[in-house]
Amino acid sequence: MAIKIGTEQFKERVDNGIHDDFMRGAVASAQDGMSMKRRAATTEDLGNWEEWRNHGEEIRQHVLEHLDYYLEQLSENVAKRGGHVFFAQTKEEANDYIRSVVQKKSAKNIVKSKSMMTEEISLNAMLEEEDCEVIETDLGEYILQLDEHDPPSHIVAPALHKNREQVREVFEKKLGYTKSSNPEELAYQARVTLREKFLAADIGITGCNFAVAETGSFCLVTNEGNADLVTALPKTQITVMGMERLVPTFEEMEVLVSMLTRNAVGQKLTSYITVLTGPREELDVDGPEEFHLVIVDNGRSKILGGEFQSVLQCIRCAACINVCPVYRHIGGHSYGSIYPGPIGAVLTPLLGGYDEYKELPYASTLCGACTEVCPVKIPLHNLLHKHREVIVEKEGKAPVSEKLLMKAYGLGAASPALYKIGSKIAPAAMNPFTSGDKISKGPGPLKAWTEAREFPAPNKERFRDWFKNREKGDKKL
Amino acid sequence: MIGTIHNREKFLNQIASSLNRPRISEPLERPNWKYQPQYEVFKGASQDELLEILKEHCKKIHTRIHTIDLTELPAVMNEVVTEYGGGPVVTWKDERFSKWGLDSLMKEKWPSKNIDVFEWDYNLGEENVHKAENANVGITISEITLAESGTVVLFSDKDRGRTVSFLPATSIMLIPKSSLVPRMTQAAVKIREMYQETGHVASCINFITGPSNSADIELNLVVGVHGPIKATYIVINDL
Ligand code: SF4
Repeated sequence: MAIKIGTEQFKERVDNGIHDDFMRGAVASAQDGMSMKRRAATTEDLGNWEEWRNHGEEIRQHVLEHLDYYLEQLSENVAKRGGHVFFAQTKEEANDYIRSVVQKKSAKNIVKSKSMMTEEISLNAMLEEEDCEVIETDLGEYILQLDEHDPPSHIVAPALHKNREQVREVFEKKLGYTKSSNPEELAYQARVTLREKFLAADIGITGCNFAVAETGSFCLVTNEGNADLVTALPKTQITVMGMERLVPTFEEMEVLVSMLTRNAVGQKLTSYITVLTGPREELDVDGPEEFHLVIVDNGRSKILGGEFQSVLQCIRCAACINVCPVYRHIGGHSYGSIYPGPIGAVLTPLLGGYDEYKELPYASTLCGACTEVCPVKIPLHNLLHKHREVIVEKEGKAPVSEKLLMKAYGLGAASPALYKIGSKIAPAAMNPFTSGDKISKGPGPLKAWTEAREFPAPNKERFRDWFKNREKGDKKL
Repeated sequence: MIGTIHNREKFLNQIASSLNRPRISEPLERPNWKYQPQYEVFKGASQDELLEILKEHCKKIHTRIHTIDLTELPAVMNEVVTEYGGGPVVTWKDERFSKWGLDSLMKEKWPSKNIDVFEWDYNLGEENVHKAENANVGITISEITLAESGTVVLFSDKDRGRTVSFLPATSIMLIPKSSLVPRMTQAAVKIREMYQETGHVASCINFITGPSNSADIELNLVVGVHGPIKATYIVINDL
């Protein structure tokens, strides 16, 4: 599976995750920081945040219900501007088309800006087979790529699990870097190295945050400005989009971009929001001469029309990841998918199949914190529950013991009684480094995972209280 | 030139069949949305109020802002360029520079002080990009300016290269005060209106908010990654 990362089984991954002290500390502080910023930029800054969420939801639902119409309109308008559109039902079709463009251009040097869709179709592997040098230009992804393709652990901050010293070591080994682990010096090195790559590239490849059907445009949202260089310098541009990532007009795009940036990074807008339409125009000097838009299904049409359809509303903001107590404890790699956290636990089994990912819907306490923050109102925890129903129906039993999972996640749910004592649960989950942390010192709670047991209904209210207080920033709870 | 479309029918038929209905063949009206919270933000604010909001937000986006009368423009531009370490300077080809009284600065004063000034010229092709790549300062003009987020909006065309705003080490953006609007909402409406009138949108529309930055290393904010390392806005009172 292209969506898959790592080779270990779920329990080994979780085991690795909870024993990686740096990663857990980084994840915890990242969650706190990002959630605080998100809150400031949403509920506090926009008094009517609920209305924004309602609007975000109605836009996304409308688009999904009329998806064939808007995709047709989009493709007409892209072609009108001289762009080429390829509809790919499978990842193989997408890769074959992109390969043919690469071969036609005899391209060897390719620069990319961050794109989950291209990860999903394993585009880089195909390009490397074609003897192309493929450079990821988002700083976080570049670091991971240099470090022997270390997988991402977060959809907005992919190198979250690495500290600056590790980054310095990678740069030293791979780039002959001799300076300190100061992030500014590290970033400057990346700027200098990548500038050369941008200027030498034959093809630029991007993902797509939102396409605009009415004008045949699409937008890219970054802070670094790398997507601008990817799309301004190479002669050929290929953009790969998931088929659901579009809106009717600029006006809806604006709303979703505003919601994305506030939720993803707590900014009113990121530094660069770039809206591109077709290739460069006749007398333009920069921008691509040739533009290809590849629209990918890869399993999405199977989700459409079914009980999981609402997951396609997702705008990939990561807000759900940033509030998830299970993600906090086990880290991104444990999910074994390029999509971690609650969105990953819902989406991955749908795209990658239950056989491979039947444990993921259990990577949740069903506390509902994800559903509460989702800007487009996807009922994430209900969908996780639905997954479990489907799995139990298929397998006759749960694939893992939920009770023991809770324990492994450090959420202290060893007995139903503990659920009622929110104050006892929270510290273990919030501060994995307290000396009383039973995970690192306890007798390997993961050993007995194969035993399936009855799980007590989680006391949702308690968890909600806990999150409410956490939302207020009361860490001492 | 018209582009090509491959594999569309099968793909869209699959979608319609998943949705359990035939393909939509009639033109669809844009829906009347039930919720429209975006119009409420800074509703009815005056240009002066919007300017205050912009100034305040610039503090958060690592961007210096000057608000000046037109007569002060050459002096302030000179000051900022000098502070950024001088040339080379690259600018769009745009008659507004001349209209705003910058000719003697750009065409006489700077060259005489050995500050190289290059004006975008599509006849020179690739050379424009090399000039932008080696420039210390890039100068552009905001068409629409978003007070809420401190964002300038640039439209590319043959005289207004995309790379002027992101290849040079530093960036100066000129903002006519009349271009201020509350937020991205009004920009989206305006771009749509332009599209409906002319059937055209610029091949590249940049919404730029301050200098480039990244938080990818331990979530530490680093200002200046791929795009400019520093940015200054100059708001010109044109009202
Ligand atoms: S599911 Fe919702 S909260 Fe999670 S990434 Fe998608 S849009 Fe954001």
